[in-house]
Order: sequence, then C-alpha cells, then structure tokens
Amino acid sequence: MHTAKPGYDKLIFELSCPGRHAHSLPECDVPVSDPAQLLPKEHLRAAPAELPEVSEVDVVRHYSRLSQMNYGVDTHFYPLGSCTMKYNPKINEDMARLAGFARLHPLTPEAAAQGALRLMDELSRDLAEVSGMDHVSLQPAAGAQGELAGVLMIRAYHLARGERRTKVLIPDSAHGTNPASTALAGYSVVELKSEQNGDVDLLDLERHLSDDVAAFMITQPNTLGLFESKIHQITEMCHAKGVQVYMDGANFNAILGITRPGDLGFDVCHFNLHKTFTTPHGGGGPGAGPVGIKEHLAPFLPTPVVVKDGDEYAFDWNRPQSIGKLQAFWGNFGMLVRAWTYIRTMGPDGLRAVSDNAVLNANYMLKRLEGDYDRSAPGPCMHECVVSARRQKKLGVTATDIAKRLLDLGFYAPTTYFPLIVEEALMIEPTETESKETLDEFCDAMIQIAREARDNPQLIHDAPVTTPVRRLDQTGAARQPRLKWTPPATT
Amino acid sequence: MRYISNTPAQQREMLARIGVGSIEDLLARIPAKARLSRPLNVPAAMAESDLVRHLRALSALNANVDDYACFLGAGSYDHSVPSPINHLISRGEFFTAYTPYQPEASQGTLRSIFEYQSMMAELTGMDVANASLYDGASSVAEAALMAHAVTERNAIVLSKGVNPLYRQVVETYCEGPGIRLKSAPIGDGATDLDALRKAVGSQTAAVVIQHPNFFGCLEDVKAAAEIAHAQGALLVVVADPVNLGLLTPPGALGADLVVGEGQGLGVPMSFGGPNLGVFAAKQELVRRMPGRLVGATVDLDGQRGFVLTLQTREQHIRREKATSNICTNVALCALMATIYVSIMGKVGIRKVGELSTAKAHYAAEAFTKIPGVRLRFTAPFFKEFTLELPKSPERVAKRLMKEKILAGVPLKAFDRAQKDCLLVAVTEKRTRSDIDAYAAALTAAVA
Amino acid sequence: MANVPADLRYTKEHEWTKLEGDKARVGITAFAQEQLGDVVFVELPKVGAKITAMKAFGVIESVKAVSDLFAPVSGEVVEINAELPKKPEVVNADPYGNGWMIVIKLGNAKEWEGLMTAGDYEKLIADAGH
Repeated sequence: MHTAKPGYDKLIFELSCPGRHAHSLPECDVPVSDPAQLLPKEHLRAAPAELPEVSEVDVVRHYSRLSQMNYGVDTHFYPLGSCTMKYNPKINEDMARLAGFARLHPLTPEAAAQGALRLMDELSRDLAEVSGMDHVSLQPAAGAQGELAGVLMIRAYHLARGERRTKVLIPDSAHGTNPASTALAGYSVVELKSEQNGDVDLLDLERHLSDDVAAFMITQPNTLGLFESKIHQITEMCHAKGVQVYMDGANFNAILGITRPGDLGFDVCHFNLHKTFTTPHGGGGPGAGPVGIKEHLAPFLPTPVVVKDGDEYAFDWNRPQSIGKLQAFWGNFGMLVRAWTYIRTMGPDGLRAVSDNAVLNANYMLKRLEGDYDRSAPGPCMHECVVSARRQKKLGVTATDIAKRLLDLGFYAPTTYFPLIVEEALMIEPTETESKETLDEFCDAMIQIAREARDNPQLIHDAPVTTPVRRLDQTGAARQPRLKWTPPATT
Repeated sequence: MRYISNTPAQQREMLARIGVGSIEDLLARIPAKARLSRPLNVPAAMAESDLVRHLRALSALNANVDDYACFLGAGSYDHSVPSPINHLISRGEFFTAYTPYQPEASQGTLRSIFEYQSMMAELTGMDVANASLYDGASSVAEAALMAHAVTERNAIVLSKGVNPLYRQVVETYCEGPGIRLKSAPIGDGATDLDALRKAVGSQTAAVVIQHPNFFGCLEDVKAAAEIAHAQGALLVVVADPVNLGLLTPPGALGADLVVGEGQGLGVPMSFGGPNLGVFAAKQELVRRMPGRLVGATVDLDGQRGFVLTLQTREQHIRREKATSNICTNVALCALMATIYVSIMGKVGIRKVGELSTAKAHYAAEAFTKIPGVRLRFTAPFFKEFTLELPKSPERVAKRLMKEKILAGVPLKAFDRAQKDCLLVAVTEKRTRSDIDAYAAALTAAVA
Repeated sequence: MANVPADLRYTKEHEWTKLEGDKARVGITAFAQEQLGDVVFVELPKVGAKITAMKAFGVIESVKAVSDLFAPVSGEVVEINAELPKKPEVVNADPYGNGWMIVIKLGNAKEWEGLMTAGDYEKLIADAGH
C-alpha cells in the first residue's frame, strides 16, 4: 500500500509561455546589428530554435523543485561502493570560484597565468608524493581517460624499446573501464580469474605472463575491498617479463598515508579526484583523472607538461615522444583547484586520518551486517565491504529489491551487482566522513530489511513507494527509446 | 578534523564492537615492507582563513576576464554567465549526487539531463544528443571512432579548419585502433572543397569540418556533406552550440554527427576545464553512440519517469566491446548548460549570436582600418576572425596586456602558415568602448 | 523441464538451428532468452552477407546484458526476420517460432553434422546449474 504523492512532474519545455523571457542582454551598441547585413543568408536559421520561453522565476522554481527529487551526500548517506561519496567541502567551491581561477581563459599568456600554473605544479607534486610516483599529468578528464593515458604511455614505452606487445591482463573483478580503456589503446584483453576473495591467482598470472604482454592492470585494494598482500611478488613477476604494472586508483581512499603504489612496484596509477580528493560528483561528473608514472615513462607524458624554472612556471610543449593530448586544454582546472584546497586543508595527519577512519567505518559496518548478509571474503576489509544477498535471494529478495527498500528508509543504496564475481553483490563504502550514528542507522535498516525478507517480502518488492516515482520500466525505455522532448501532437 | 565526525571515544567503541584493539589490526594484511614509515611529505594543514588568503594571492596573479577585456577564443569563450546558474547548480542535491544508478532517487538529475539532450538536439538540428562527453576535442575523437566502427573503414579526413588542439586529441585516440588521419587544406579561410573531394575515398569513414572553423570562418556544410556521402563516408561537423541559436544547424545541412565544445553555454572558462562535450547524431546511429543516454519511461503506476537507457553499450556492461571507455559524463556542466538555455530561451540565444557577430564585424572593420592590419582570410566569419599584423603578434599582444586587453591568440604555435596572425574573438560581452580602446591600442602597437 | 525441441541442433553459445533443405534457420534458445531477460534490440546482418561458423553474425541486447550471436554454420544469409528490429520481444515470447533470426544457405553440409543434438544441449544447460 502506498500513499499518492502530488509530485512535481514538469519539464522546462512544458512551462514555456510565448513572450516570457529570463535573459538580460544589452542592446546592440555598434552601428550594424542585423546579421542579414553581415552574413550570407544561407547561414542564418530560417526559424528560431524551439527552446523554452520562461521567466527567471520559472527557471529558479523549476530547477529548485528538480533538485528536491535527488538524494545527494549533502542530504543522505550515500554508500555507493567504489565511488567514495564523501563530504564535499564548501571551501573548495569558494576557491574554485575565485575570479583568477574561474574566469581565466586557458590561452592567457603564461606570464599572466602564473598563479594557475603554480597551483597545477604544486598539485602534481602533492599527488606524486601521495602515490610514490615520479611525475603526474593532470590532463585526463576523468578516471577512464586517466586509464587510457596510462595504457597509451605503456604502449609508447614498449614501442620505443622496439617491442610490439599485444596483450593486457586484467582480473575478472575489474571495473569495466579497465578493459574498455585497454581495448581503446589497441590491446587484446586477457581476463584472469581471481581467487574467491578477489586476490590475484598467482599461478594463473604466471601462466599468462609472457613477452607478448604489455601490462597487468589491477585495483589496489581490490574491488572486494581487500588489500592484495602478494603485491610485491606480483610486481616482481611482471617486471621479470618486462610487463608494466598499472594501478587503478579508484580505491585510494583506503591507502592514503598507509602505503603508496610507487612503493609497491607499480609503474603507473591514476587518481579519481572526484573520489578520494573530494571534488564534487555533480550528478555524474565532471571528474578529473590525473595519472602518475615512474621516471621511465616520463618521455611519453601528455603535452604540455608544467615545468618550473626558478620561480617561473611554463608549459613545455617540446615533448617529441609524448602520447599527445586527451583534452583540448590542460585538464579540469576547476577540479584541480578543489583537490589542491582539500590537500592543504587536511595536511599529512589529516590525510592519514582519512584512510584510518574509512577502514574503521567499513569494518564496523561489516561486523554489524555479517549476521544477516554473507561476507564475500573472510578477514577485515579496507575502506569498503562487499556482502552478498545470497540468503535473501533464496527468499526471492534480490540485491535490487534491497536497494529499493533502502531508498524508502532514507538512504541511497550501495552499489549493486559489482564486482561481477560476487553473487547478488552489495558493495558498501561509507567513507571516513560519516558518523557512527549514521552507520548504525544504516545497519539497523539493512537488518530490518533482512527480517522483512523473511516476514514481509512484499514490502520490499513494492519498494520504493516514498520516492517521486516508483520502479521504472527499463525494458520499455530501451525498446522504444524516447531520448528528447517532443511537443504534444495538436489535435 | 572537521570533515571526520567520529571522536576518539566513538572510534574505541567501534573497535570494541569489531573485536580488535586498534585500527592497525585492521591493516594486518598489508605487508610491513609495503607500509609508509613516515608521514606524507605534503604541506602542513592550513586553517581556512589562511588558505583563503593564500589562494586569493595566487588567483590575483592571473589575468582574469573581470579585469581584462577578453578577445581570446580558439575553443573557450567569455560569454555571459547568467546569475541564477551558480545558485542553482550549487544546491547540494545537484552537485553532491552521483550517476543516477537508482533512478527513483535521482529524478532531478535525470530530468535535467533529458532537457539537456532535447536542447542540444534542437540546437544542432539532430535527432538525438547524449548526456555529454568530456570536452569538444574528445567528442571529435569519439565521433571518429564511431565512424570507424559504423563504416568499418580506416581513414578520417579532417579539414585544416578544425582546431589543431582537437586534431591532436583525435590523433591520440586513433593511435590504438590504427585509424589514419588525412588533411584537407583551407583555401580562402574555409575548407578547399576541390582538395576535400580529392582527399575523400572509399576508405574514408568520416569527413570532419568545423563550422565556424578555428580561424572563425563559415564553412559550406552542405557541400561537404555531399562530398562525404558520395563516397559513403559520414559527415562530422564540429560546432559551438552557442552559435546555433542564430546559425543554420548542421543537422539541416546533412551532418551525420554534430560534436563540439559547449563551454560557452554558461560553463566558466576555468583555465580550460572542466568543459562540456556535445555529441549529437541521426536516429539510425543512436545505438552506436558513446556516452550516457537518458530516456523517458513510466513507473508501476503509469507515471512519467526518466532512466539511464541503452546502457548495455557502455563500459560497465559491454567492457572491452563497449562503444567507448567513458564512464562519467560532465553532468554538472550539462546542468549549467541546461539552465543557461532555459534562461536565454528561444529569443535570447539568438540574440547572443546576433550581438557577437555584430560586434565582431564592427571590430574587424575598425582594426582593418589601421595601416598594415588586414583580415587574413576572405571567407565570411562569425564571431572570430584572423588578423594579419605587420608586427609580431606575440609582442602586440604583450603590449595590449598593459592596457588590460587580452588581444587574441597568436597563431604561430598552432599553424606555421599563420605565423603573422592573431585570432580575435568578440562575444556579446565586449562593449563598443572595449573595441574602440583595442583599436586605439593596436594602432599604437603597430605604428 | 527444459524447453529443448528434439528436431533442432544447437551450439554451445545457445543458438538453435533447423535444417530446411540446403538452408539452416537460426535463432536463440529458450534458455538463452531467459538468461538475457527482456530483449530490447536485435542487430542482424544484411541479406547476402557471408558468415563463418562460430563467428558473430549479430548482436542481441537486453536491459542488463548484450551478447554476440554466433553462426552455427558457414554460408550466405538469404533471409532475415524483419519483424525483430521492430518487435524484439518476440524473441522472448516465441524463441523457436516467430523469434527466428536468419536463414543461412549452407556452405558446407558437413558442418550440420558437427552441431550439438538436443540431448547434448540439455546436458549443457543442466550443468550450467539451470
């Protein structure tokens, strides 16, 4: 049973009223204002674009109402595993909006952009220190682009040594961007079977390592939230065959100040600034995906590279072996300002407290949940835990059902069905910014749902009922895609 | 530490519940030799007021466009950013949410993306637009990869009128799949159509032109479409959506894909990022499109709702056979653009184009009155033009900086054939007195 | 209780095929459509396309997965089911009847002999824990 809600269900196009406007543009102050006198007629639109005509009040009310239909970290606990939904500090937002950062054109002469270049240089040094790498490129727009950059640099490295290797090894527990980025770089992906707890199967690795393998790509800790303890052995095995080792840095929140990829033998790693370094998730981006490398890959860095000469900063474009560019300009600078601000806010002790508390919070939840949900692996986890709703599945309640019920109980759901190697996976990442009270509330809710699965499963199958919409027809959406607004047919 | 709520007492309670003595016990899997044995060597934590002071000082070292009259373009533009945008996108429910994996709790994001897709389709004149890609340059690269996949052909012909920085990104993306890039030169400022016809062949997957192009000149999109289609290739048009309020949309002229940089739609320039990659296609190509798509559907009660759809093409399901490796879109920037288009509306977005081109033509006329200063190209231009100067463009630009004018982009680094040239952009924000001041300063600088 | 018609042959990739003179009609099995869930899209080759045994001839998409469709035998595509792009749900409703996908003119009659029988296919899907 559910209550009918008078929901807000308008699109901006549906608020349109001919003659209304929200813009404020100056009158033309130059003599010739009619474009028909300036440009050949064929270049000008015959009719204006069919776009909304609304007042500023309409705009503000509409988007404010839309925002109220979202759960965000500012309003809800958001334990999306692998996404690190930690608190987004407001000082970061203020600093990114300073005029000399936000209203700075990318092609401003370098002498007049020294503040920006200096910030970039300092951030790349901070990230290099945090990761134990020798150089960091801030150019990639997001993690997936960071991966592409990393794999392309590995490719360039092998080619420069006269070797044309064709394969990259990736565990079956990996995030989908790993094989996708690798394929984009022109490699064949060879999937390795992980052990049940997500550990690398050393025998399988040994079998596959050869001088036709360019790289081995893993996430550390792995996607089950466990630290791969054989890592030194793995990187040594790979290096013995000339294979480069890549670390997907999505789980950096677990290891800040505790261990560093560079010290573990990794040659490349990428960072997700929108995860560990608090740049806001934005409803799905923008992210920022800097990539860190060891010295031997330096010649291949994307251009340009920020260099420091005394007190002066500049872009170095003279990089003949560079893999090229990933974005038109220099990186998602607005996000870089936020990450720089975060690192200076935290300092060395603060960054260490991040990983300590992230690990503590995840283990506390795992302990509270293990009575009702199957662990995916024995022993402590790191910053996230993966449980399986296997027991609930036997009662007809799936991970999806549990996720939907959580929405009704006031929580955003964990990640579901990832990693692929765990049945009915629920990947829970609390992050360090959540309090014990919140964790207890969430665990209480999960335990309640486990009980409901036994006593009153229909409640779970009907969920969610308190959200603006109930469960949606995904099949219909995919069979007959309606991807844009069309005006209703006039009868 | 103000971002960590748990007190030492609470930490102890939690450890007791877990059944360990300390957090160190939870880290036991990590081998001792992997452990960092010292604190991170990053600068000490700064109190908020110290941080603000420090960053203000750093910001003050940069020539921002509040203090300088900006005539820089080349893919990033100083268009007006209406005041409501920042307030609305700063609402925590928008900017602290993530990808709409649970659509029932993400209808705000999903509806605004649906509106965004609708607006981009309308501006570009295409059937469908995705939820955004990273930036204009990588959108061109993704278009090239898509054309390669759809036509199963191995070459892309790019006009020299395409932004050279975009071309570099396309080269990087085409490296892995081994796609060959060929060029077609520009003639009078627009693509030389005869040369283009010769360059396009049976192995061409796509022809890529930019309209208006990097040098500011308007292209003959229809003719380029005919040349591409005659050989079974796709036409990819790189366009700035801000201009499409006034200019005939490429979709009406035969484009198969329209891509470009949407930063001018209310996204701060921010020294080059984050940006907004626009990607729009014809209906028959929809399942081959990279990036996220939001679709309309209904819920169990028959009520309208919105979801991410056609997701099986994407990396998290299709993995190495995905249409692209992209995961995030640039949702917050797409939201800025959606609000911008709502505010500008049908009338305003056309007016932005009218003002920009009117002022650009006024500026070009004023500047070319100066002895020795000429327009490099004869093709019609829109809001940017290429000035040929009798003195070094870098030195001229440096001189004009002293007058608080960001004069334009010296082109030597982009294209040696234009080494005496300066690329000048004029948006609706430039006043007549800004332009007259520039003309005066330029007169002195080249005398 | 598996739905595996005895008069058809099968591949390990869950395609079925029916011999019709010198031609073979191809679709996906009841097991396959159940695993996929609601089918949302089917991509088929053009008539006249040459296909090779055990190489992909098309793609089938559901809401949660996408799979290649593998040719059981080599030959030339002589017919495609034009109904499917418009109504992909037919694959779920009637996988062995109206859900047929393509008809191949056999290039090599011996390949038919090498295909799995209904009995072997039943064993395959039983082992998969179905």
